[in-house]
Amino acid sequence: MGLNELSLKDAMEKLKNKEVKIEDIIDDIFNAYKNDKNSEKPINAYISFDLEQIKREVEAFRKTSDEESLLKGAPIAIKDIINIRGTKTTCASKILADYESPYDATAIAYLKKSGGIPAGKLNMDEFAMGSTNENSSYGIVRNPVNRDKIPGGSSGGAAAAVAGNLAIAALGSDTGGSIRQPASMCGVFGIKPTYGRVSRYGLVAYASSFDQIGPITKTVLDGAILLEAIAGYDVKDSTSAPVETEKYSEYVGQSIKGKKIGIPDEYFGEGLDDEVRKSVENGIKILEEAGAEVKKINLKYTKYAIATYYIIATAEASSNLARFDGIRYGTRLIKTEDLDRLYRENRSRGFGDEVKRRILLGTFTLSSGYYDAYYLKAQKVRTLIREDFRKAFDEVDLIATPVSPKVAWDIGSMMDDPLQMYLADIYTVPVNLAGLPAASVPCGKTTEGLPVGLQLIAYHFNEADIFRAATIVEEGAK
Amino acid sequence: MNYEAVIGLEVHVQLNTKSKTFCSCSTEFGERPNSHTCPVCLGLPGALPVLNREALRKGILAGLALNCEIAKYSVFARKNYFYPDLPKAYQISQYEYPLNKNGFVIIKDDNGNDKKIGITRAHLEEDAGKLIHDEDPKGPSYVDLNRCGTPLLEIVSEPDIRTPGEAVRYLNAIKEIMQYIGVSECNMEKGELRVDVNISIRPVGSKEFGIKHEIKNMNSFANVKRALEYEIKRQIKVLRAGGSLKQETRLFDQSKNATVPMRTKEEAHDYRYFPDPDLVPVILTDEEISSLKEELPELPEPRRKRFVKEYGLTEYDAENLCSSKKLADYFENAVKGYSNPKKIANWILSEMIKVMKSQQVDIDSFLVKPDMLRELFEIIDSGEITGKIAKEVFLDMAKTGKKASEIVKEKGLKQVADTSVLEKVIDEVIKENPKVVDDIKGGKNKAFGFLVGQVMKKTKGKANPGLVNKILKQKLGV
Repeated sequence: MGLNELSLKDAMEKLKNKEVKIEDIIDDIFNAYKNDKNSEKPINAYISFDLEQIKREVEAFRKTSDEESLLKGAPIAIKDIINIRGTKTTCASKILADYESPYDATAIAYLKKSGGIPAGKLNMDEFAMGSTNENSSYGIVRNPVNRDKIPGGSSGGAAAAVAGNLAIAALGSDTGGSIRQPASMCGVFGIKPTYGRVSRYGLVAYASSFDQIGPITKTVLDGAILLEAIAGYDVKDSTSAPVETEKYSEYVGQSIKGKKIGIPDEYFGEGLDDEVRKSVENGIKILEEAGAEVKKINLKYTKYAIATYYIIATAEASSNLARFDGIRYGTRLIKTEDLDRLYRENRSRGFGDEVKRRILLGTFTLSSGYYDAYYLKAQKVRTLIREDFRKAFDEVDLIATPVSPKVAWDIGSMMDDPLQMYLADIYTVPVNLAGLPAASVPCGKTTEGLPVGLQLIAYHFNEADIFRAATIVEEGAK
Repeated sequence: MNYEAVIGLEVHVQLNTKSKTFCSCSTEFGERPNSHTCPVCLGLPGALPVLNREALRKGILAGLALNCEIAKYSVFARKNYFYPDLPKAYQISQYEYPLNKNGFVIIKDDNGNDKKIGITRAHLEEDAGKLIHDEDPKGPSYVDLNRCGTPLLEIVSEPDIRTPGEAVRYLNAIKEIMQYIGVSECNMEKGELRVDVNISIRPVGSKEFGIKHEIKNMNSFANVKRALEYEIKRQIKVLRAGGSLKQETRLFDQSKNATVPMRTKEEAHDYRYFPDPDLVPVILTDEEISSLKEELPELPEPRRKRFVKEYGLTEYDAENLCSSKKLADYFENAVKGYSNPKKIANWILSEMIKVMKSQQVDIDSFLVKPDMLRELFEIIDSGEITGKIAKEVFLDMAKTGKKASEIVKEKGLKQVADTSVLEKVIDEVIKENPKVVDDIKGGKNKAFGFLVGQVMKKTKGKANPGLVNKILKQKLGV
């Protein structure tokens, strides 16, 4: 078996026992990457895989690491929205095609301190806006389980790389479901931590009050280990939580006897695909059989979540992306002496359609005369949605739901209907609105063999219960 | 029809913190372009702001000194617009919830009476960078971001100002206060203080506001006065001729001593303000605020009043001494334990300032320290030296930093009051100037002064003038 097929935990073991060298694993990954490029329907998970730069990271690791490092030099693939010094960070956009990061994101610094080697920048929907990885200027990403299907998005490259053994483990980002949804569609594990758990310094911002970096991995244990490596307070991020970080791997394998699991009516209504429903219900049964108590709950403001998300997130995005003008960095796509024209042309040519759509939407909702009716109102509804969850978590420890109403659909089949695509985010966006931690764990497959994920949501900073429950589901669904 | 002007001033004060508002880059002025920058103030993708505590502290001190209510809850907001000197394409400022509001300063109106000028708000924000245009209008423009991110306090006055004179006195009051509490030197040439003016005119007695005009580009208090004088005349002229005014922004043109309409089409900006999601609200307690209040030094107004009362100075002298905190401090140190503060006040305001000006030094570098000045006066009072000699001694002290007593000793400048010595000199002078003696005896009293002068010349100015007069009169029998 190629070393690219190892789980993170196994790779760490082999590295610790000196059965393999870091370079061996990287070589196997690189070969898999090359083979994929030459295949008929390439997965295309990577935007860049700079072997030279990765080798330099390995050297740096050897100089500074101690034998006790958590990850032992295991290579981790990184979504191309996270700054790694010396790499191109393109966010899958033309406007950043030549941008080289001059600094490391804090999550990367923590990863390196824990002995992880950032290896390769992963494909994604441009600026993290999308659910299918069809919005990339570096080509689409294909689902390894079925190459005609989308891998999900926006961390499509991350989920596909992990599922297709083009990486051992990956870091993605989640603003409205961008870790959980592709993880569910590719049949791997992914967790979005509590807002503020992982530093956002160095994560190119899409929506500042929603974004979080998180692991996408082959197993729940791998996810716990990787989260341990990157979590923690960062003084450079004012929204970083000064909360003690935990040894998440210790929760893997612990019992969930007596834990209460809430099943919200609103997440199992119309629009949910039958086969998805069946798989999810199966996952919930696994939890019950392991001793958890299941009860129905209500999250009555769920139906406003999509509108609320798409108003606030795009408002923040319209402001966050205003810096991309091609003047100081990034790509200058025209030569002109007219300042106005410079802005218009650079940005119109540099951004893809979905990004432009969201910037327009966000600009509108913040504009004079509309701010109160849209942005302000949405913020108030956001508070109601948060309250919904707070009340629910007074009664339960976890909430279990589907991740996506549909499994992976055909590439290209929803591109003409952006609104339809937005509606498919219904189960994931409420989590980001409330800043809660949530994970997707594989709980079954459709008759076509397409993976289904079960979403587990916990209260702020209770990643522990998520790992406990996810391990049970992972076991039971094998 | 008589018109009155209604004027409001918007003053931006640069706070003299060592680092910028949201990052730790140095705020040092005049360095090599773009040498004091980092990912945060460059607005690089992924960078995040962290509030500089010292900027907050200085902002609160300023608010207290301006008699404002300090907000216990204030919020940073993004002001969004595109311009090459604004790397993030938004400025972090404050909008709905400013740090300070509802304050006032007291100035003198045109009749010398106390008048309160209201301060609507004084909020914190970051400065933009600088654009340097090539001499050739077709040439490039250069962006220097050293200044970008420096903390500013935007002070907005109520439209309580009625004349150009009041406007300048208001500016001086603000400058004084900021210097006194040590948050800014308010040097306009260094950009530490900037002014924009809002002015409208209305019939005297009317309660409604006229058409508001904004005036920008005044680089000195004198130019503010000139701009206002011109603008008032211009607007009244238009109205008296039966014309109408429209709301506009005008620039002060120094070469014409006039205001001109802004050429560029200035559409009303929609800044789409919203709370910055990268920063948390600033929460202050009563204790924190009152502890800062105790840190405030005595402010100019109360100090002036105390100088008049305690030291018996005129309002004019008190005002001049208190125009700079350092000068007022110097004065108070110099008169400690001295019985005639008025004498020292006069000396400081005339001799000392003259010498400092000719040396081109500021009070910190001036070699005559307060206790040295006091010693000089004690020597004068004791009769050891004459008033004339004292001026010479003072000059020497300023050049060498030596004490008065040292200099008098070294140069043998002690006053000659020995009558026998004086008599001898006077006899000589009488002998040498027979014609003058005759003139005096003949009734020409003016010639008397000439003889006194000759005695002073022969004694190199050291003769006690009173004694000379007495003895000379005796000898001449006049």
